[in-house]
Amino acid sequence: MSTTYLEFLRAELVPGLMEGLWTSIAVIVPSAALGVLIGLFAGVLRVYGPRPVRQFTEAYVSLFRGTPLVVQVFFWYFALPYISIGGHSIVLDAIPASILAFGLCSGAYQSEYIRGGLLSIKRGQIRAALALGMTTRQAVQSVVLPQAFRRALPGCGNELIYLIKYSSLASIITVNELTGTATTIAKNTWRNIEVFCTLGVYYLVLVTLATWLLHLLEDSLSVPGFERHKS
Amino acid sequence: MDFSLAYTATREALPYMLGGVIWTVGLICGAMLLGLALGVPLAVLHVYGPWPARRAVSIYVWLFRGIPILVQMYIFYFGLLAWLSTLPLLSGLGLDSPFVAAVLVLGLTSSAYQSQIFRGAIQSLPAGQLKAARAMGMTDAQAIRSIILPQALRLSIPAWSNEYSILLKDSALAFTIGVVEIMARMRAIASTTHEPVSMTFLAGIIFFALTWVGVKALSLLENRVRIAGYTRQGAA
Amino acid sequence: MAAENQTPPVLEARALGKTLGGNRVLDAVSLALPKGCVKVLIGPSGAGKSTLLQCLNFLIPPDSGSILLEGREVNARSRRELCSLRQQVGMIFQDFNLFDHLSAMENVRVALMKVKGMSKLDAGELALAELSRVGLLDKAALYPANLSGGQKQRVAIARALAMDPKVMLLDEPTSALDPELIGEVLAVIRDLAQNGMTMIIATHQISFSASLADEFLFMEKGRVIESGSPAELLRRDSGSRTLAFCAKISELSGEAGEAGLAAGLGESVRAGVSVGAAGLGAESPV
Repeated sequence: MSTTYLEFLRAELVPGLMEGLWTSIAVIVPSAALGVLIGLFAGVLRVYGPRPVRQFTEAYVSLFRGTPLVVQVFFWYFALPYISIGGHSIVLDAIPASILAFGLCSGAYQSEYIRGGLLSIKRGQIRAALALGMTTRQAVQSVVLPQAFRRALPGCGNELIYLIKYSSLASIITVNELTGTATTIAKNTWRNIEVFCTLGVYYLVLVTLATWLLHLLEDSLSVPGFERHKS
Repeated sequence: MDFSLAYTATREALPYMLGGVIWTVGLICGAMLLGLALGVPLAVLHVYGPWPARRAVSIYVWLFRGIPILVQMYIFYFGLLAWLSTLPLLSGLGLDSPFVAAVLVLGLTSSAYQSQIFRGAIQSLPAGQLKAARAMGMTDAQAIRSIILPQALRLSIPAWSNEYSILLKDSALAFTIGVVEIMARMRAIASTTHEPVSMTFLAGIIFFALTWVGVKALSLLENRVRIAGYTRQGAA
Repeated sequence: MAAENQTPPVLEARALGKTLGGNRVLDAVSLALPKGCVKVLIGPSGAGKSTLLQCLNFLIPPDSGSILLEGREVNARSRRELCSLRQQVGMIFQDFNLFDHLSAMENVRVALMKVKGMSKLDAGELALAELSRVGLLDKAALYPANLSGGQKQRVAIARALAMDPKVMLLDEPTSALDPELIGEVLAVIRDLAQNGMTMIIATHQISFSASLADEFLFMEKGRVIESGSPAELLRRDSGSRTLAFCAKISELSGEAGEAGLAAGLGESVRAGVSVGAAGLGAESPV
């Protein structure tokens, strides 16, 4: 070891990981948005949808929750190009493939929390809103959704945290995000412990920051009866 | 896509892929046991320990829940364990084996999660349980061992089945450090046969089946140790 | 009586029928609520009281029959007519159904804004006025999780009253309350009756309702099998099903024996009033 850890950190590790960090964020943010969107749709459909739609979304959720994310990532990147319909096949670049994989998988988990939030609302709540003369839409807008959102928020937030961590899987399909960059640096320098532990710190910071932000959001929406369960 | 080709490839790949199940199951069993062995004392410390111990457990949990499994695999396999196994005292202990690294990573992470499960279960027990045990002259250690834990462990079984399915899916990451479990074999075969589609489906089905079997087994366990009328009170 | 013939009843149900899971829960029930009258539904649980009340504002759509609001039949298929009916018919539920994510004041305010289109300011002002009417002005900012059962039910009443309903349906308003909290809710209901609110109440509070009801309707197996003034039905020698039923639940709740009930209607009226007053005085702090 020719240079000290601090010099190594300053000269190579931080600049390299910084670049990786931006790529990580470029993967995480769209995946998260996609996941929330899919989760919202699937969650609502699983509760209120007609029977065939309900069954379809249930199947989607159990498929994506029942298999490892890495298998799914592998599928979208390596296997999808092999599926040709009428001579056409879809080839995704590594980053879009990761976003699709993360978004679809995350959506399946998110839908669980949305569904739970919707189901946790007592039937009397809607009934009371209707009895006051509200239309179903008004009842859903001003009574069901605000409550369901608060109930689902901790779970959905947790899922976002998972997404941050599992975005590291993008490195497996050649995306040079945090983990990918770190692997490259480790290979070139043979300073494995330093590189990977520093990488761990990066994720810890990201995860802790996100947790803190989510708690802020939860607390700002908190009303008695819907408090955050301290853990 | 030629289906008959895919079928032949799948049939030929099946025995090899199923061979990976042993490794996957080994990983999960090792990790769950390690997680249990560490998770229970961690939870007890977290609830009943003095504040430095509680703080230490919090930090432990924060660390293992905050760092991605994949990164931990790299830290342990390429970093810590590789270095440890060069020390004269520890060489020849097999610390440089990818399987050991994977079990350690999955087990330590699981212990962090399991400690949270047990902590929730312990805290959901009525305070009167500990009081009643003390009133009968038990020491705290006796009370925790013979009154609190048997109840808390029962209450934890449903959460366990969730933990199992998470571990199962995370175990697929062990391929990155060279454990020849299902995912590793799927990747190898997919590239030699050029049938990645059927191979991913095959791997998916195997994982799906393993999830199902494990969840079923745990619900059987739950029924076996069930005491009539004993369920968790309220939503904890 | 003469006036009743000229102006149609505020709310009228004609031959309501409802079958749920093969059970005839309502069997051609008809009833009319003339302005200012208070009717009380009694009967064993499962008799169809709650279903009847919820059919009156189509929360449960009846299979047959019709509802008339001030003499005009309500077309249940028109969403607008349905919403307008429900605005004019206030409903109180057994388990309050306050909106859990809104404060007491917001609970009263939300429908004023959404349904009546009032401004936030006006609606808020009216909400506070209604809350003070039920004695809860000081709890306006509290959320349902921090209110006692009795307070929740009073907020629910304020919420219904704010819509300025022509008639109120009360579905066992005190059944989910601890005994010591019943009085405060009964006092509010009595106050409503004395101010001429048209009401139909399903309840097990016999002596209380006997003191303010114009008519008792005894329901069993989806039908109104007896009706009449409380004095008539509860007379010792009436031999009515109502009397037998009331005697039974009075005995269970330790209210008064059969003889006491039959003989001393006046007494039970006073008892009801004093319960109400005591309840108000003993309002529990949160």
